[in-house]
Amino acid sequence: MKSILKNLVVIGGLAVGIHMPAFADTKVGLVLPYTGTYAALGNAITEGFNMAIDEAGRSDEFTIITEDTEAKPPVGLAKARKLVLQDKVDVMVGVVSSGVLGAMRDFVHQAEVPLIVANAGNNLATGENCSPYIVRVSFSNGQINRPMGTWMAENGVKTVYTLAPDYSAGHQMISSFSAAFTAAGGEVLGSEFTPFGQTKDFGPYLANAQASGAEAIFVFYAGGGAINFVKQYGSFDIKTPLYGSGFLTSPLYVAAEGEAAIGVRASLHYIPTLETPENKAFVEAFMARYGTMPSEYSVQGYDAGLALMAAVDQGGTDSQSIAAALPKVSYVGPRGALEIDPATNNIVQNIYVYDTVMENGALTQKLIDTISSVRDDVAGCQM
Amino acid sequence: MDASFWLLQCLNAMQYSMLLFLLSIGLTVIFGLMHFVNLAHASLYMLGAYFGISVSAMTGQFWLAFMLSPIIVTCIGAVLYFTLIDRMRGAGPMNQVLVTFGLIFVILDLVRLGWGDIALGLEAPAELSHTVSFWGISYPAYRLFIIALGLVVMISMWVVLRRTQIGAMIRASVENADMAASLGINVGRLFFLVFCFGCALAGLAGVAAAPIFSATTTMGITILIPTLIVVVIGGLGSLEGAITGSLIIGFLETFGAVLLPSLSAVLTYMLLAAVLVFRPQGLIPARG
Repeated sequence: MKSILKNLVVIGGLAVGIHMPAFADTKVGLVLPYTGTYAALGNAITEGFNMAIDEAGRSDEFTIITEDTEAKPPVGLAKARKLVLQDKVDVMVGVVSSGVLGAMRDFVHQAEVPLIVANAGNNLATGENCSPYIVRVSFSNGQINRPMGTWMAENGVKTVYTLAPDYSAGHQMISSFSAAFTAAGGEVLGSEFTPFGQTKDFGPYLANAQASGAEAIFVFYAGGGAINFVKQYGSFDIKTPLYGSGFLTSPLYVAAEGEAAIGVRASLHYIPTLETPENKAFVEAFMARYGTMPSEYSVQGYDAGLALMAAVDQGGTDSQSIAAALPKVSYVGPRGALEIDPATNNIVQNIYVYDTVMENGALTQKLIDTISSVRDDVAGCQM
Repeated sequence: MDASFWLLQCLNAMQYSMLLFLLSIGLTVIFGLMHFVNLAHASLYMLGAYFGISVSAMTGQFWLAFMLSPIIVTCIGAVLYFTLIDRMRGAGPMNQVLVTFGLIFVILDLVRLGWGDIALGLEAPAELSHTVSFWGISYPAYRLFIIALGLVVMISMWVVLRRTQIGAMIRASVENADMAASLGINVGRLFFLVFCFGCALAGLAGVAAAPIFSATTTMGITILIPTLIVVVIGGLGSLEGAITGSLIIGFLETFGAVLLPSLSAVLTYMLLAAVLVFRPQGLIPARG
């Protein structure tokens, strides 16, 4: 009798022991581009995300399934469906292209599986088309450019000429910049949108910008387009100063731009040279782990990991509870103080104005000004 | 918008035309001579840029990269010729397009494995990295160099094709390969030489373009379409066609971007459609 009891206790203990990790386990689906135009960004975000989880020593707690969305909206939607319906993930992290986010939005909203957006800046995703299941830890297109419009007008730039690729992000970046710049007393003398992904030679556009007589050129370009633009701006020896959305001189590829990038002034939500203890520790750990400087994309992945763990710590065990906990997340990270605005589910963060400078033979970022706690308006968002 | 503005834009158009010419001349001659649709030509252009960047990074010498890169690309082209192209010669255009289109993706992924996804840049050589001032404008010396390079290739090709024996052999083989062969021309070897030369020009265009446009894994696919349009508009297989086609497209895209930016993307395709409807053989085809 005694031994039977003892056996029962052992079996009970075993059952609890086996059950415990299964209870704590959270299934995460990474939906990121690993091939195509945005592959480098997908890899950078994944690096940051993995680092956050590993650093906290919690890699046992999270089962991570990665899916390649390429830069194609239908592929992104199919991968999201697969993760939710087949793999039954509790939460998804990722999305680089705003187009992919647009395609996934309704499915995510209806499936009620939270999506932590780690890049795509489409204003609508935390505006008109906001959802309690879509939380953004990266940035919105307006958030990065609005403060720069005001800042430039207040710092003596009276007229600008703008350039950006002809697609939704390009239009959103420029229109939010122009609105803020005009509101602060500046004047936009001319504006051009170049064919997206096809424009290689910016010579003709640069000549137009120069001919407009504006005091400054403000542009948004990212990736290969940014490298081409900055190099060609440099080769024409244009005297009109160049300003831009910070992606223009992102640490991820500024080295390829070379000396032409020196003196370009831009605004971004993160630069690796921020002098805060949080950032110094992050940069050091990142360098030790990957051997390169982190970029804003790595930080977005890192913060997606931190936000997810914070939501789990606040009682997030399944899709519903994680979605409910995410908007309450706030902490001080490499970027500075961060919080999620529960009215839009977009991040509230500092925007940094920085110059690209040459220091000890390498291009680096010099902080010029900080615009604290930039919060997006509730532009038609109803949760 | 004064005279200097227009001069600047004309130079921009010339510079783009010359790059298109370097690419399309190789494609069109291979096309005209061998009746072979080599879409992977654009991948060789990409390889030219990447090898140029690597050689330059290893040796620190731009001009060495400028010389070596086309040679490396030619060797790769030769390997492709013996493994795939020569076998596919009689397979008909549809199979050729499928195989060489597939080849684009194979090469693209190999480049991704070798060089990574992040766009790479190449610095223009120090002696060409300044701007030159004349007639009230200042223009990057490197872009003037590309215009000069294009013109030199253009003139030497004209001289070779019109004024030398090998040129006559090539023209004869384009006109009628069977007849040329029965007259004692080794058409097979001629094909191989021309193919290698086309590859070298693609590699040259790639390394020449790298300091202006960064090297990305998508650069091959994005240049392929304008190059094909040049070949179709100009007429298959002819030098004059490639010259005319690249000048038309270069100027149309540049001035379209300046004057009608919202229409510029469509203009080229409208012209292409018009040429296909009214002159399907191209403006200056090789055979009358």
